[in-house]
Parts: sequence; structure tokens; C-alpha cells
Amino acid sequence: MSSLNIPIYMDYSATTPVDERVAAKMAECLTKQGHFGNPASRSHPFGWAADELVEQSRDNVAKLLGANSKEIVWTSGATESDNLAIKGAARFNVKKGKHIVTLKTEHKAVLDTCRQLEREGFEVTYLDPLENGLLDLDVFKAALRDDTTVVSIMHVNNEIGVIQDLAAIGKITRERGIIFHVDAAQSPGKVAIDVEAMNVDLMSLCAHKVYGPKGIGALYVRRKPRIRLEAQIHGGGHERGMRSGTLATHQIVGMGEAFRIAHEEMDAENIRMGALRDRLWNGFSDMEEIYLNGDLEQRIPGNLNVSFNFVEGESLIMSMKDIAVSSGSACTSASLEPSYVLRAIGRNDELAHSSIRFTIGRFTTEEEIDFTIAKTREAVEKLRDLSPLWDMHNEGIDLASVVWASH
Amino acid sequence: MAYSDKVLDHYENPRNVGVLDKDDPNVGTGMVGAPACGDVMRLQIKINDDGIIEDAKFKTYGCGSAIASSSLVTEMVKGKTLDEVGEIRNKHIADELALPPVKIHCSVLAEDAIAAAIADIKAKRAARDGSEAVAS
Ligand SMILES: Cc1ncc(COP(=O)(O)O)c(C=O)c1O
Ligand code: FES
Repeated sequence: MSSLNIPIYMDYSATTPVDERVAAKMAECLTKQGHFGNPASRSHPFGWAADELVEQSRDNVAKLLGANSKEIVWTSGATESDNLAIKGAARFNVKKGKHIVTLKTEHKAVLDTCRQLEREGFEVTYLDPLENGLLDLDVFKAALRDDTTVVSIMHVNNEIGVIQDLAAIGKITRERGIIFHVDAAQSPGKVAIDVEAMNVDLMSLCAHKVYGPKGIGALYVRRKPRIRLEAQIHGGGHERGMRSGTLATHQIVGMGEAFRIAHEEMDAENIRMGALRDRLWNGFSDMEEIYLNGDLEQRIPGNLNVSFNFVEGESLIMSMKDIAVSSGSACTSASLEPSYVLRAIGRNDELAHSSIRFTIGRFTTEEEIDFTIAKTREAVEKLRDLSPLWDMHNEGIDLASVVWASH
Repeated sequence: MAYSDKVLDHYENPRNVGVLDKDDPNVGTGMVGAPACGDVMRLQIKINDDGIIEDAKFKTYGCGSAIASSSLVTEMVKGKTLDEVGEIRNKHIADELALPPVKIHCSVLAEDAIAAAIADIKAKRAARDGSEAVAS
């Protein structure tokens, strides 16, 4: 028990540390001894060298998706990719229709982009997922209309880790000639992607969830059949006019290397992480009144989202101060709303307020898992001793029947 | 969010956690908040024959600031009369704990809990005095 580094990082879905192998490659693209040139400089070797690295990286990203490198557009991250994909496709196709379909559990980068389009006169349908977090395909089919131009459904949910059946969705959108956008910020290296088999038209990606740097991402834009977008950032016409701005060689090289490693090591890594996640879940399974949020099977191995009933999430995080996790509870964000993702899958406010997201990753160890189990149990016990709701539960009072003095 | 040392102290070593007999005529119970809002506070006070609060207990479901606010309140009320305790305002609690603006409502909840506990004890007394009057 000596190698534990406190605090322990259990928040890999928020972001990841950059892999040392990635950092080394990035460092080669910064100084005058390295490849600092502007990849758009066609007139000298500084530019050529940088351009070659950018194109290698594009290949690496494309390979992970089963795509062609010409289909990859560099952006600043998944947020920008979501904006470019949804606004770009909706606005370009505005003559065909103004209806968009998405899911209530999407990331804010998708939801807020849709809200903006609503303000511009588009109509958006926000679908309720099933209780396990997955999209009901019949509900989905029923929501599609003749004027639906864009569907945006995420691959892996950032809070509950559930994996949507992209192939099934893509089959439907392809048949109907609707553009299918996927926010896949959370999937590379965790679940296999094949844009051909899945009939995905646009896919948002970022590097920082995959042991690459922050501030770099990509949008996959299908060429056959060709998907056309209205650019959102105008300028020197980089990235075939879809996203102007000097390419950040070091960031791109970081993303390329991160994706290369993720592609290569995914299978082995998933086996290891699955075992760690199961160990964590087993460590809690005999506790009373705990609830797993989201489907256990259709889920990435690194995610465990649990509600510890009668304990409030923020105070739980506070007493687990040696462990870095995140909570779906209101008070962490000062927004006073419990997680909209947990509400969308039908969790009541109490359970939504009581949730903790543990996300494990490449550098998580068995020792860290055991420590996390012990600390979490200790904290839950302490807070339940402090909780009037726990008392009431033990007295057999149904909390739903109590009239609360709300404030 | 960073917590003040005072909040951390009360959070880590909460004072007067527990339960008093809610059927005791000298005990007032105030329960405020709602699970749906993420906070429920139960404050109990016990007065002696001189009308002085001799004991106070709490249990709270809520964020660290809500727990610290209720813990602090149990210390503040002891040794005071109901009237004196009725003067405690959320600002006293928020200042003492150096709560940031987003956490002010946790101290408001504590003020509400005091008021509810006082009201409960007064209601019990009124009922008792009323029934005594009828009996004599
Ligand atoms: C599903 C999902 N979409 C989008 C984003 C935003 O990504 P970025 O930080 O690269 O803009 C994230 C990460 O926070 C995410 O988890
Ligand atoms: S109880 Fe909600 S912020 Fe304090």
C-alpha cells in the first residue's frame, strides 16, 4: 500500500492526462530544432515537414474511424465539431427542411447548438431515452419527418457511459436520406467505430479524452455520399474551406499519436478496465439502497455511475476528498438542478442528487480501486448517519408520501 | 469549489449530531427543505423549566455548507431563550462560516429550521396550556 498517489484520479471522462508518448511527439513540433513550420507554407521545407506530420496524424485519426483521411477536418475540440456539424449541415440544407432530431441526454455542446438553431427558426425534437439510457428505435423512427434534415445522437454518454446502437440508427437515417451526426467525444479507444458499417455522416471527436492534448479535435465529414456544410469560421480557406485557421501542428500531432495508440491498445485496455470497473462495482454491491445509473451491458468499461440514496452528492464528494470524481448533483455546478441526464432516464430528484460518476482509465490501478471502495463506503456511512432521510427510511417512512416544506 | 476552514471544521467534526424525542413536550422539532431540492435539515431544541435551550441536535441531508450551517446553529442556540434564538438570522450563519453567494440558501435553510423548531415548541405549549385550562 505504498505506491498510492493521493488524490486519486477517477474522472477520466472529464479529461485525461496526456500519455508520455504523445507528449514526446508534441514536443518535437515546437522549437526551432523541431517541426515548427506552418503546414500551409508550400514554399519551403519547414512547411513541408509540418504538413507531412499533419497528414500522418490525419491518417491515424481516419484509421480509427474506418474512414479516409480526406474526410477529417481539424477543429479545436468536440464542442466546435458539434457546432460545425449541426449548424453547418442544418443551415446548408435549410431549403430541404428545418427539422432536427436529437436526444435529451446529449452533451450541452449539442443541446445548446440545437437551442440556437431553434432561435433561428429551426424545429428540434428532443427524444427521451429509455430508462437504461438507450434510444428506443421505434420512438426514433416515429419522430422522423419529411422535413427532417439532421439527426444528432451521441455514441457514448459522458455521464452514464452507455453506448448507443449507431449501426441501427444509421441504417434508418441512410434509408431516409437524413444526415446522421454523432458526438463521439467519449468513444475512441473505448468502443470500436466504423463509420462505413454505421452509416455515420458526421462525427465529432476530441483528443483530450483519449490521452491527447486539450484544445484539438476533428470532425469526420463523409465524402460518399458527399455531405456539405456551411463553414462557421471563415478565413484563409484551410481544411477545404470548412474550417479556416493555421493548423496547430503540435496539437494535431498529439491527437494523431493519441488515436494511433488508442486504436492499437483498445482491446487489451478494455479487458483491463472492465476488470477494474467490475471490482469497483463488486465493492459496493452489498450496500443498501444503491442504484446503478445506465445499462450495465451496453456501457464502456471505464464508467460506473452510482446513486447512493439518502446521501447528497456534493457532500459525498467533499468527504471523499482523496478521490477525484464528479457528481450529477446540483450544488457542484451552482445551477441548483440535478443532472439532466439522470432526470432524462427517469431517475427521481433524490437519486439524481445522490449520484457519483467514477471513470477509470489507462493509469488506474487495482490498489486505487480498493482505496476508492473503502473511502466511498466510509463516506456514505458517515453521511447516512447524518441524514434525516436515512433515519426516516429506516423507520419505514415512504419519503414520497411526506409533504415537504419546500423553499 | 473551495470551502472555508470553518465549513470544513464543522463538516468534518459536526457538533451535536443526533435525535431528541420529538414527543417530549420540551422538545421542538423543525424539519425544512425537500429531498428534491437536494437539502433537508432537521433541527431539534430542548428547553428547560427556565425556558433556556439546554440541548440541540441536528441531522442534515445536503451539501457541506448545509451540514456546517446546521452544526453551527446547534452551538449558537444552546444557553439562549426562544426569543433570543428567534433573533438569529441567516446572515449571522453565512458570515460566521464565510459562505460564498451560491451557498447563502444553505444558511437560509438553517434560519428556517430554527423558526420551525420554535414554532413547534410554542404550538406544543399552547396545546398543553389550553388543555390544562380546560381541566381546571
Ligand atoms: C460527449 C461530449 N461531447 C462534447 C464534449 C466537449 O468536448 P471538448 O471539450 O473537446 O470541446 C465532451 C467533453 O466534455 C463530451 O463528453
Ligand atoms: S444544500 Fe444545496 S447548495 Fe447547500
